[in-house]
Amino acid sequence: MSTTVVKQDGPAAVTPAPTVATHVRDYWRRVRGGDIGALPAVLGLLVLCTVFSIMRPSFLTAGNFANLFTQGAAVTLIAMGLVFVLLLGEIDLSAGFASGVCAAVLANVVTVLGYPWYVAVAAAVLTGMVIGTTLGVLVAKIGIPSFVVTLAGFLAFQGVVLLLMEEGRNISVRDSVLVAIANRNLPPLLGWVLAAVAVAGYAAVQLLRHRSRAARGLVTDPFAVVLARIGGLAVVLGLAVYVLNLERSRNVLISSLKGVPIVVPLIAVLLIVWTFVLQRTSYGRHIYAVGGNKEAARRAGINVDRIRISVFVICSTMAAVGGIVAASRANSVDPNTGGSNVLLYAVGAAVIGGTSLFGGKGRVLDAVLGGAVVAVIDNGMGLMGYSSGVKYVVTGVVLLLAASVDALSRRRAAATGSR
Amino acid sequence: MSATPLLELRGIDKSFGPVQVLRDVAFAAYPGEVTALVGDNGAGKSTLVKCISGIYSTDAGQFIFDGQPVSIHSPRDAASLGIEVVYQDLALCDNLDIVQNMFLGREKRRGIVLDEPTMEQMAAETLAGLSVRTVKSLRQHVSSLSGGQRQTVAIAKAVLWNSRLVILDEPTAALGVAQTAQVLELVRRLADNGLAVVLISHNMNDVFAVSDRIAALYLGQMVAQVKTTDITHAQVVELITAGRSGELGLVTEPATNGNGAAPAGSTTGGVS
Repeated sequence: MSTTVVKQDGPAAVTPAPTVATHVRDYWRRVRGGDIGALPAVLGLLVLCTVFSIMRPSFLTAGNFANLFTQGAAVTLIAMGLVFVLLLGEIDLSAGFASGVCAAVLANVVTVLGYPWYVAVAAAVLTGMVIGTTLGVLVAKIGIPSFVVTLAGFLAFQGVVLLLMEEGRNISVRDSVLVAIANRNLPPLLGWVLAAVAVAGYAAVQLLRHRSRAARGLVTDPFAVVLARIGGLAVVLGLAVYVLNLERSRNVLISSLKGVPIVVPLIAVLLIVWTFVLQRTSYGRHIYAVGGNKEAARRAGINVDRIRISVFVICSTMAAVGGIVAASRANSVDPNTGGSNVLLYAVGAAVIGGTSLFGGKGRVLDAVLGGAVVAVIDNGMGLMGYSSGVKYVVTGVVLLLAASVDALSRRRAAATGSR
Repeated sequence: MSATPLLELRGIDKSFGPVQVLRDVAFAAYPGEVTALVGDNGAGKSTLVKCISGIYSTDAGQFIFDGQPVSIHSPRDAASLGIEVVYQDLALCDNLDIVQNMFLGREKRRGIVLDEPTMEQMAAETLAGLSVRTVKSLRQHVSSLSGGQRQTVAIAKAVLWNSRLVILDEPTAALGVAQTAQVLELVRRLADNGLAVVLISHNMNDVFAVSDRIAALYLGQMVAQVKTTDITHAQVVELITAGRSGELGLVTEPATNGNGAAPAGSTTGGVS
């Protein structure tokens, strides 16, 4: 690291102030000790993108970049909800078809019954909440293992979708607002404004925290690291918005196609909201506590049952949001919406991102990073012309790899006695 | 010392299915005193503690706290009375750091946002007050701490809340000599600060080193609660193993058991 000494701007630092060098060393020690977080997902993303760009130059076009977001959106949203369930060491196998049921409700309300889009969205989200509450109560109050409850849900919801679709018809979704979610883009200027707001907001949060900690004489991260984080986010967002604002229409005269897809800010807002809930509220803290040591949480006076029910509600509600996006992208809902690989991709996304299957460890950001990996594999392999058979096998192998990385890093963490 | 107990239990019964674990137990803890709770394995010490802390409900009996009859149905009820328990199995979350563990279930908040700086500062002050220097960083996950450090965190967690009654379930069982001495010193200091302390221990040296009173459980019955100065080492051991020692302990019922030496009480064939 180039910076040698970082000014400690607190009145009284009790412990020696960490420098950039010690910060990096600490991070490396954590990684070696088995606390790798999202590192495999980030590295995997870089490797995959490099390989695909070399082998298929069309992978690296602005048009394909935009496609990645719309293709991966539904899976990512479902994975974000699954993180909450996985944090407790539970599983929700029904999330895929739950999203299908919610999409079917959406399509029925908006197309068959002819209500406005917001009524349909509300109905879909409400359906998700009801599904989640049912699953959660069965798991927490009756005490059926979540694997069994949600496997039953997986089968039953598949049937519910068929019933709602009246034995296999598909229902088209033509409402312009709903279609826009996954198919339209923000005006380029708005993209820049949102990116600037996001960076400014992140900078404000980081700097305020740094200042308040320093003012109380608590150990702070080196200021250079804080600046590097803010700068890093600014660069990533700036690049992404720049590329997405490039013209990606084949023929500009017919129609212009540029701007950030509308799903991107949708995912970003949900990412911020759920990250806030998990990291900055006592509810989020209690989720981690229940996932880490249920008995300790109970003795601390935490209502464990309520926490367990609530994560299933969050998961199914996010599945509903995923279902809405899927319906929007396909312009229709058919009996296979939320079926086939959606659930496994979503679980894979969460685990690839670094969420532990054993509970207690994971972030909502993991789902987004893992979702990106899954979308890149799906998209890149498609461009390479591989059959869907090969795609399934590769995604399965990647999921297995991610799960073994999780298991091995846990073993390593136990062996080294580190975090 | 103080004449009125801070916590007094009367006639506590507790069964798990057909097994009666506590039988008409009376117990008192006085402010400014260390009350040692002794008894063999399976005598019901841990169950009694869990009843006091609201983890188990009792089948019968009265709780009197600070002269007022109270009912304790959940850990929250106990905590709001100022009763804190440090469990044998510590009850810490490995995946959370020291500060997060110390404030678990009672996080400091500003609005709905967790107030991390305040919590970290309070945790640091509490640990400094207990002269803990072994912990490298307060943001260390508990999984990376040694047994002694975990015990310290667990005790600090209990002390943090200006509690009035602290119950320690075998706090020295897993510790080395130096750490044991530190913890006992800490136990004494808690009582000297006016807290009522209940110490569960198998180690007679620990018990005689710090306690003011000794309460002995035998097969779910409270056989004696006496001042430490009025009893000898050997008598305590007898109370623990046989339920009686001379004038102390279970009173044999002359009508049924004329023989004073018999291990009396209605319990028979209990495990130890």
